[in-house]
Amino acid sequence: MEERKVSITVNGEIQTAEVEPRMLLVHFIREIVGLTGTHVGCDTTNCGACTVIMDGRAVKSCTILAVQADGKKITTIEGLSKTPGKLHPVQKAFVDKHGLQCGYCTSGMVLTSFWLLNRKKKVTEDEIREAISGNLCRCTGYESIVDSIEEAQKNLEIEGERTEEEIPVRRGR
Amino acid sequence: MMPPPFEYYAPTGVDEVIDLLEKYGDDAKILAGGQSLIPLLKSRVTTIPYLISLSGIRELSYINEGTSVTRIGAMTVDSDLEYSDTIRKRYPILMDALGKLADPLVRNMGTVGGNISHGDPSNDLPAVMLALKATFVARGRGGNRNIKARDFYIDTFTTALEHDEVLTEISIPVWKDNSGGSYVKFEKGTWNFSVAGSAVQLRLEKGSVVEAGIAITSMGPKALYIPDAEDYLLGKKYDKSVISKAADIVVENSQPSPDSYGSVEYKKNILRRITIEAMENAFRRSGSVR
Repeated sequence: MEERKVSITVNGEIQTAEVEPRMLLVHFIREIVGLTGTHVGCDTTNCGACTVIMDGRAVKSCTILAVQADGKKITTIEGLSKTPGKLHPVQKAFVDKHGLQCGYCTSGMVLTSFWLLNRKKKVTEDEIREAISGNLCRCTGYESIVDSIEEAQKNLEIEGERTEEEIPVRRGR
Repeated sequence: MMPPPFEYYAPTGVDEVIDLLEKYGDDAKILAGGQSLIPLLKSRVTTIPYLISLSGIRELSYINEGTSVTRIGAMTVDSDLEYSDTIRKRYPILMDALGKLADPLVRNMGTVGGNISHGDPSNDLPAVMLALKATFVARGRGGNRNIKARDFYIDTFTTALEHDEVLTEISIPVWKDNSGGSYVKFEKGTWNFSVAGSAVQLRLEKGSVVEAGIAITSMGPKALYIPDAEDYLLGKKYDKSVISKAADIVVENSQPSPDSYGSVEYKKNILRRITIEAMENAFRRSGSVR
């Protein structure tokens, strides 16, 4: 089996490696790049612990081959805040509203929320619940996560910085 | 979980895909968004020696709003359709299905063509395409071939595509004024396959049905369309008893198997209920009921 050279931009840095075609994107991020904030949970496309932003969209990195991500831009939880030691407004909202307990689902939840709030300026509670329907949490019962996302929406309005880095979102044509 | 080893190709043109399909025959399979195929590989339900990715072929991603048909490139991502004004305006039935298709993250990666050509009877878009009477375009060595959605589904994971053909486009007719449709799906959590799905598309003239498309998901070895129920509705006006009878015909023509989601009787009950709901929605959206 022939290895393939891939170049994937992770949090703004180009990462180039020779990988087996069967390597999953989540393993590329964790093992090649060394960023372990992206988690492997169910490993069956259900739980969303492995969520990352790829070319502006929240996707499940356990169900994408690293070779499929060749040439793409990835943002992981480590790259969300651009200022060292400072939390992104969405992260801050999760802390303030107790949107996490064990923390396993949190990076995925935060990135899905970030994607949602990028895509839509004003979201309802129903839209929040629908948006996180692919992210499972076994601690909180979701109420505090929904509160966190509502809080994040407020944070983003006040701070006026929806994104620290412009992320292109493809809309319907 | 790692998939078993495979060779990977990511051509930039459809002709190159056809070359590879001809070369490797049944040992090759096309990878679209991978949201069904990669889980199957990871769980080792299937092994594919040669995987040919379409992700490098940008020309297969588009939504073209024609006057009589809407053309959708096979590699258009599900969420592109979900957020498309054209689709929202023209096909409420498709919006229903997209909003309930897996979860938003899967829809950000999964493609329309993948959902349609995978051949899993629990995929949502096949029933919708059967109800809308769509046509699929397959490209092979000899050029393009049009295949009606109604001739496309053969059996579980088996479609009318030849091993050296690529699904390139989905062409959906524009349903004229006084038409409307609905897709209702019953599932136990977004992460499960559906128990049943029901797609109903109607066109009315002076309140009477002049054209109908009805198809169902997860109710047999493949997505099934129900001509008996379509014919029954022709010439009928909105009426609870008409809808009830049409739903009975749909249920009679379903072929559910008992499994962990429920018995045959349970599934038929669910199907009847969601079919009535889809028909009510379709009549309402066609403008016959307030």
